[in-house]
Amino acid sequence: MAAEQKRVAMTGNEAVAHGMRQIDPDVVAAYPITPQTDIVQFFASFVSNGQVKTELATVESEHSAMSATVGASMAGARAMTATSSQGLALMWEILHITSSYRAPIVMPVVNRALSGPINIHCDHSDTMGSLTTGWIQIYAESAQEAYDNLIQAVRIAEHPDVLLPVMVCQDGFITSHGIENLNLLPDEVVKEFVGEYKPEHYLLNLENPITVGPLALQDSYTEVKYQQAKAMENAKQVILDIAAEYEKISGRKYGLFEAYKMEDAERAIVVLSSTAGTAKAVVDNLRAKGEKVGLLKPRVLRPFPAKELVDALSSVQAIAIMDRAETFSTAGGQLFVEIRSAFYESDKRPLMKNYIFGLGGRDTTTREISRVYADLAAALEKGRVDELITHLDVRE
Amino acid sequence: MSNLLEIRWHARGGQGAKTASTLLAESSMAAGKYVQGFPEYGPERMGAPIKAYNRIGDAPITIHSNVESPDVVMVLDPTLVGPVDVTEGLKPDGIIIINTTLSPEEAKQKLGSDEFKVATVDASGISTECIGRDIPNTPMMGALLKLVEILPFDEFLARMREDLSVKFRGRENIVEGNIEAMRRAFEEVKLA
Repeated sequence: MAAEQKRVAMTGNEAVAHGMRQIDPDVVAAYPITPQTDIVQFFASFVSNGQVKTELATVESEHSAMSATVGASMAGARAMTATSSQGLALMWEILHITSSYRAPIVMPVVNRALSGPINIHCDHSDTMGSLTTGWIQIYAESAQEAYDNLIQAVRIAEHPDVLLPVMVCQDGFITSHGIENLNLLPDEVVKEFVGEYKPEHYLLNLENPITVGPLALQDSYTEVKYQQAKAMENAKQVILDIAAEYEKISGRKYGLFEAYKMEDAERAIVVLSSTAGTAKAVVDNLRAKGEKVGLLKPRVLRPFPAKELVDALSSVQAIAIMDRAETFSTAGGQLFVEIRSAFYESDKRPLMKNYIFGLGGRDTTTREISRVYADLAAALEKGRVDELITHLDVRE
Repeated sequence: MSNLLEIRWHARGGQGAKTASTLLAESSMAAGKYVQGFPEYGPERMGAPIKAYNRIGDAPITIHSNVESPDVVMVLDPTLVGPVDVTEGLKPDGIIIINTTLSPEEAKQKLGSDEFKVATVDASGISTECIGRDIPNTPMMGALLKLVEILPFDEFLARMREDLSVKFRGRENIVEGNIEAMRRAFEEVKLA
C-alpha cells in the first residue's frame, strides 16, 4: 500500500534537495555550479535549520568535493555531492577512483553543456562524457522522477551485489529550475526505505582494518576492473528489484526504460530525460490521428540494458535515436551507436536514424519532434534512411 | 480556453515576472491544478527584456519546452511593445494584458492588430499606491484572474496571502499592500 504523499509544486532542484533531506546523509561535500547550485543551497538551509544531521563541507572546487566525498565514504559514512558540467569535468580523475574503490556515493547531476563556448544550459555532454567512469547513470524526465531516482539510487549504490557510485541526472534549467507538480513521500517512509548505512568494510573499523587505494599493477589491476564490470552487470537486476520495492511505497513504476505507447508502434523515438515528456505529447497527438507511433525513454544508461532495449524496439519498423550531445565520432551520437550495436545479433533490423539535438539548451518543441516522426514515415516509404545523422534545427 | 492554459510573461529583469509565474503555479497547484512555471533563463540583468511561462491544466503536463502559442500574454512593461514581438504565436482568440495607462482601444491601435483581445491595467500606478514601489507583478496577476478562468479569485487571494506571508515574514504591510494591489487590478482592468 502506497504511503500518503504530500502534493507540492517545486523545481527539480528543490525536489532533489528534499530527497537529500529525507535521506539525511552523514556527509555532503560540494562546490556550487550553475544549474546545480540551489540543490546544495536548499540543502545547506536544512543543515543550518537542524533538519538533518549531515556534516556539510563547502570545499574549494569540484575536484575537492569529489575527493572529500570519497574520503568520507571510505571512512564509513553515507556521503553525497552534486554537480553539473564543468564541475563534473573537474571531478574526472576522482570519478574513476570512486568506482574502483566501490564507494556507494550518490551524486545528483544537473545536466549542462560543457564549455566552450561557455554555455549554462542543458545538454548531456557532461554525463555522456563520463559513461566510461564506472558510475551507474540514471536519467529523469521530470522533477518527480529526479526525486524518485535519488531515493532509489541510495539503495542501488549500497546493495552488496553492486557497491558502485550512482549519478542521478536531470535536465539543467528545464526540470531543475521549472516548477511542476510532484508528490513527496513522508520523511519516515524514505528513512525506512533507505535504512541505515552499514558498510561491511570501512577505514574507521579498527576491528577489521583495510587498506584503501593501494597500487595495483599487472597482477591485479585487471581483476579490479573485471569485478567492477561484474558489479555493473549485477546492478541491472538490483535496479529492477529496488524499483519494485519503491513502487510499493510510492505507487510509481520504474524500470530500465519507459515504453510509451509502443505496443503496436511502427515508428519510435528513443530520447532521454525532459525531451521524452515533450515527445509523449507528440505521440498522443499523432495517435489521435491514427498514426502508430511510440516513444522509448531510457532511464538507465549504465549498466546499458542492451538486450532489453532490443527486445522493446525490435517490433518497430523505423527508429529515431536522439542524442543531446555531440561526440564528434561522425558515426553518430552515444545512444545511437550503443543501441545500433546492440541490434547486431538481432534478426530484426529496423531502419535507424540519429538526431543530434538540443545542444546548449536549444529549445526542442513538439514541432521538431513531429518533424522527426514525419522523417521516419518518409524513410519507411522509401525503405531506406538517406541521411544517417541529422543535426536537428541547425543553421548551416 | 482549451484544457491546457499557456501563458507567456514579458517583463524586464527585476519586475517580478519569474516570481509571478512561480506564485501563479503554486496557487493553481494548491487549487488542484497541474502546473508548470518557469522563466527563460538567459543573461539575467536588471532591466533586460525577459520571458517567463506558465502551463496550467487539469491533467498531468509532460511537455518540457517553452510556450510557443500562448493563450495569454502578460506584458509587465509597456516599453517592450514594439522592441519585442509580444504577440508572437499568440492564439487568434488569445488575450494580451498590458500594464499601461493607455485604454485597451489605444493599446490595440498601438499593437496594430485586431486578431486578439486586448486588456489594459495601470499595474505600475496601482503598485506604487498600494506597495509604495513599482513592482507590477502582483497587480498583473489580479488582472489575469479577472479575465481568465483559473481559480476563484477569493481562493487565489487566500493562497497568495499564505505564500506572501512566508516570503515577507513579519512585514504585514507589504503582504496586505500586494493583496490590495491585486484586488484593485482585478476591479480596474479594462478589456477592449
